[in-house]
This record gives sequence, C-alpha cells and structure tokens, in this order.
Amino acid sequence: MLTYAIRRVVMALMILWFISVVVFILMRLMPGDPALLQQGISATPEMIERVNRELGLNNPIPVQYVDWLWGVLRLDLGRSVLSQQSVTDEFLVRFPVSFQLMALTLLWTVILGIPFGIVSAMRRNKWPDYVVRLTAIVALAIPSFWIATLVLILPQQQWGYAPRLDGAVSIFENPSQNLKQFIPPSLVLAFAPMASVMRLTRSSLLEVLRTDYIRTARAKGLADRAVVFKHAMKNSVIPVVTVIGLQVAGLLGGSVIIEQIFNLNGLGQYIYRSILQKDFAVVQTLVLYTAAAVVFLNLAVDLAYGWLDPRIRYS
Amino acid sequence: MLETVQGARIGRGQAGARRGALSIAWRTVRRTPLGALGLLLILVLVFIGVFAPLIAPYEVNEFAGLPNEAPNGTFWFGTDKFGQDLFSRVVFGARISLQVSFLSVIGGTAVGLLVGSFSGYKGGWFDTVIQRAVDTLIAFPALILLLMIVRLMEPSLRNVIITIAIVIIPGVARVVRGAALAERNNQYIEAATALGATDGRILLRHIIPNMLPLAIVISTTLLGTAILAEASLSFLGLGIPPPNPSWGADINAARNSFPINIAQAFFPGLAITLTVLGFNLLGDGLRDVLDPRLRGS
Repeated sequence: MLTYAIRRVVMALMILWFISVVVFILMRLMPGDPALLQQGISATPEMIERVNRELGLNNPIPVQYVDWLWGVLRLDLGRSVLSQQSVTDEFLVRFPVSFQLMALTLLWTVILGIPFGIVSAMRRNKWPDYVVRLTAIVALAIPSFWIATLVLILPQQQWGYAPRLDGAVSIFENPSQNLKQFIPPSLVLAFAPMASVMRLTRSSLLEVLRTDYIRTARAKGLADRAVVFKHAMKNSVIPVVTVIGLQVAGLLGGSVIIEQIFNLNGLGQYIYRSILQKDFAVVQTLVLYTAAAVVFLNLAVDLAYGWLDPRIRYS
Repeated sequence: MLETVQGARIGRGQAGARRGALSIAWRTVRRTPLGALGLLLILVLVFIGVFAPLIAPYEVNEFAGLPNEAPNGTFWFGTDKFGQDLFSRVVFGARISLQVSFLSVIGGTAVGLLVGSFSGYKGGWFDTVIQRAVDTLIAFPALILLLMIVRLMEPSLRNVIITIAIVIIPGVARVVRGAALAERNNQYIEAATALGATDGRILLRHIIPNMLPLAIVISTTLLGTAILAEASLSFLGLGIPPPNPSWGADINAARNSFPINIAQAFFPGLAITLTVLGFNLLGDGLRDVLDPRLRGS
C-alpha cells in the first residue's frame, strides 16, 4: 500500500508541475500587453516601461516562471495586473462561496442520485426503472445554463419576482437569505452529475447482484431488501465514489457559468472575468490551484479505492 | 459444442446480411429502439441544417417583425428584441451547431485516434510522454481550458472548431491507447511481425482499423459534448461571433432582454437538448451494436 501511495503522490506532483508549465505558456501566448491593458490607450512608453518593471515582465521568461512558481508555493498568489489588488484577499472572499456551491451540489448528487439508482436497479425493467433511466438520459442532455436562465426569468415573467442578484450572503450572517441564493444554482448544477450517479449506481448494483455471493445470500432465504442493503451495496458503491470524485472537475467548469448567471461572487466568476480581461496573473494562479484541487481529490479517491479494494493496487 | 452453436449463429447472421440492408436496419432498430430514436432525431436535424434556407421563413438577421413578439401564427417561436424571427434563427442555428460539432469531433477524434494507437502500440518513451500530457490536459476543468484556448485566438467560427477539437483529443487518445495496448498482444499481430510487416504497416492495416468501431462510438457521444461546448462558449460571449446565429448566444440574449422574453431562451435551449439527446441515444445504441465490450460502461 505504501509504495502504491508514494507512486501515486509522485505522479500527482509531476502532473501539477506539467500543469503549471502549460498554464504559464498559454497565458504568455495570449495576445495583448498587460501593461497597456492596465494603463489604457493613452499610456506613454515610460509608464508602460515602469509597469513592466514593477510586474517583472522585463525579466527573461524562465525567471518569470520561477518567480511565479515560488510565489504559488509560498501561497502568495500575487497581484492582479489590472486592479493591482492582492489575489489572496480576493481568493479568501470568494473561496467560501464556491465551496458552499460545490458542497451543496455534491450533497444533491449523492442524496438524489444514489437512492434513485438503487430503486432503478431493484425494479429493473419495471416502470420506476424506466422513469429513472429516461430522466437520467434527458438530464444529461440539458445544458445547465439553459435551466439556470429559465429558473431566473420564468418567475420574472409570470409573477414579476426577480431574485436578488447582488453577490452571496454568508450563511453565518443570514442563513435563510443564503440558502435562497444557493439552493437554486446548486440544484441546477447537480443535474448532470446526479444523472451520471443514478446510471452508474444502477449498472454497478446490477453487476454485483449477478455475482455468486449474492446468489448464496438469496439461496439462504434473505429478503431482497436485506440482500441489497446488507450485501450488495458495499461493493457497488465503490465505483460510484470514484465517479463522484471525477465529477468535481466538471463541476468546477460548470460553476464558471452558473456563478456568472446567478451573480455569485465565487472563484468561477473570478476566473471567467479574468480570462475575459486577460488578467494573466490572476488566471494562471487560480487555474493552477483549481487543477491542483482536481488532481489531489482524484488522488485521495484513488488511494481510498486502493485501500477499500486491494485488487486495484496491483493493476 | 459451444463453437458449433456460435458457428450456427454466425451462419444465420450472414444469411441475414444477404437478405439485404433493410432487414439489417430493421433488426438494429428492434435491438436498440432508443438508438433508432436518436438516429431519427439527428437525421431530422441534419435535414433542417442542410435545407435551412428553404425551411426558414426569414433571413437570420432580417428585421422581420416587432421586437419581443410572443409566439404566434406568423412567428412560430416569436421574435427577439430586434424583431428577428426566432424560428428562423433556431433553424439556421442547427446548421452552425452541427457544422461546429461534426468538424471539431472529426478533427479531434482523428488526432486522438492516431496518437492513441501509436502510443499504445509502440509504448516506450513516446507513450510515457503522451500519457503524462493527457493526464495534464484531463486535470483541467474542460470549460476553463476551452475558455483559455479560445481566448488565445481571434473569435471566429473556425477558431471555435479548432478549440473544441483540441479539448477533445486527450480523452480519445486515452481510451484508444488502452484498447491498442490490448490489441497489440493478439497473436495475429505477432504473426504479422513474423511475416516481416513494419510497425507502420501494422498500425495502418491492423491496429487503427480495429480501433475504428471504438472511435466511432466515442465520437458519437462527443458530438453531443461538442454541441454543449459550443453553446456554452457562445452563451458566455466567447463563441461564434455575430452575425452567425447561435443557440447559446440567443439564450444569453434572452437573459438581458427587456421586457423578459422567455420564448427566446426556451426554443434555442430545447433545440440544444434535443440535439444532444439525439447524439447520446445514438451513441448508446451504436455502443451496444458495434462494441459489446463497452456495454454498461
């Protein structure tokens, strides 16, 4: 187990290093001069020169890269090229927003996806199964931003009710307002992962139900319920856990759109605005941290998986 | 015993093939009714896309009526804030969406197929480098990668296609590589090597053709993903620039229209959903027919 864990950690660190290089290069390729963007069109060459010096943009590219990476490792996120504000300050305000959105989305995914998947498998080829499968297929085809738009404008047209869209309220300050703001976007965001989890729980449970040890459990006269919940569940839930881990990367992408639509001031919205404004200092750092979150989450899932199921380690 | 049974079944299959394409088609429909429904949806959409100028009553950017009209007899889906006919925009939007998805998926799958086959067959340092590159690209949230790459270039139809193709490559390369790795261990490859076939010949004549069914199955589902990617980019204002009609951009416009015009968001979104649904159903059906190994995955 230990060698397996060490190998996986080393691989994860290598991937992170590759990611840092890719992001850095992508951002340097982006057209547009950051100093010019900051100072506006009327900037004199002297002003641009000064800004370039302050931002270290006159240094050779490898030096810039090392400076940046050193900052990232010390958790110093640098400054926005455009607003000159500290990215760390902005991050600390925005992180709780994205975290809550993500946590609620995963909560819906688990408490709705897994039970419906189980029902679907237990009532295979009966109407509950057809309803769940059809819902899942359709849910995977629906664009989240379409539902989000309809959720926002339908009440406006029908009842003249417009939800407040002026940034997230902390759950500790005003819990009811906070939940009003977070429940609709998190439900919308949960659509697709919920559907995947439903389908996967169903197929994984069906697979386990075909195995010999389940037949033995049935043969000794256990009721369906006992067979599924006491014996089959444990084994069929393992792949589902992995997939939920993998869904997080997709959710981080989806949160970019959803936070923008619901005007939640989270990290997704910050990344999107920074990409729009070509604020490379913000984008490269945030994208690296986002990718790091994905890589470490998958690492954690893989290690948990290897611990739960020793057969995995040797493959 | 088992072999005779299988032999008999294969024999029947060949007899069926001789009865003509129609009976094969019918049997496929019977086997995967949902896949057939998906194919039907896609065929209707392709028809609409190809004959868009004949179907749409107005030009895409024609000021056909009053602004923000509700759906009625003249304007089936209503009009947007400029008085453009939304039905015509959705019809022409099908043309653009299908064009983007087909071109980007064909390009992305072709590159992924080549890279994955080569990587899996050859192994060695090339495989290691490619696999780490794939790991790296997969760790990015896809939408963020799309946004970054599309921002590197001028906004245009062509660049949106290129961007989506690039983001597709790593996933295809990973799946194909796994399959090519397994294919390499077959005895017929050993036989071909013993007969003096070069690596290039084995790749082109054996490995890649055997990866094709897999690539077709993956790419069908990816067509739906590409539609969603284009719509998301256009919704965020970084996709296909006007005057091209885009379903995603129209939904975004509905969000900011005043007074609220729900039809402008509803119909383009419905079009996206039906298209993606069609590709997903077709992909599931093809998977069952072409590649039983993937069933249930």
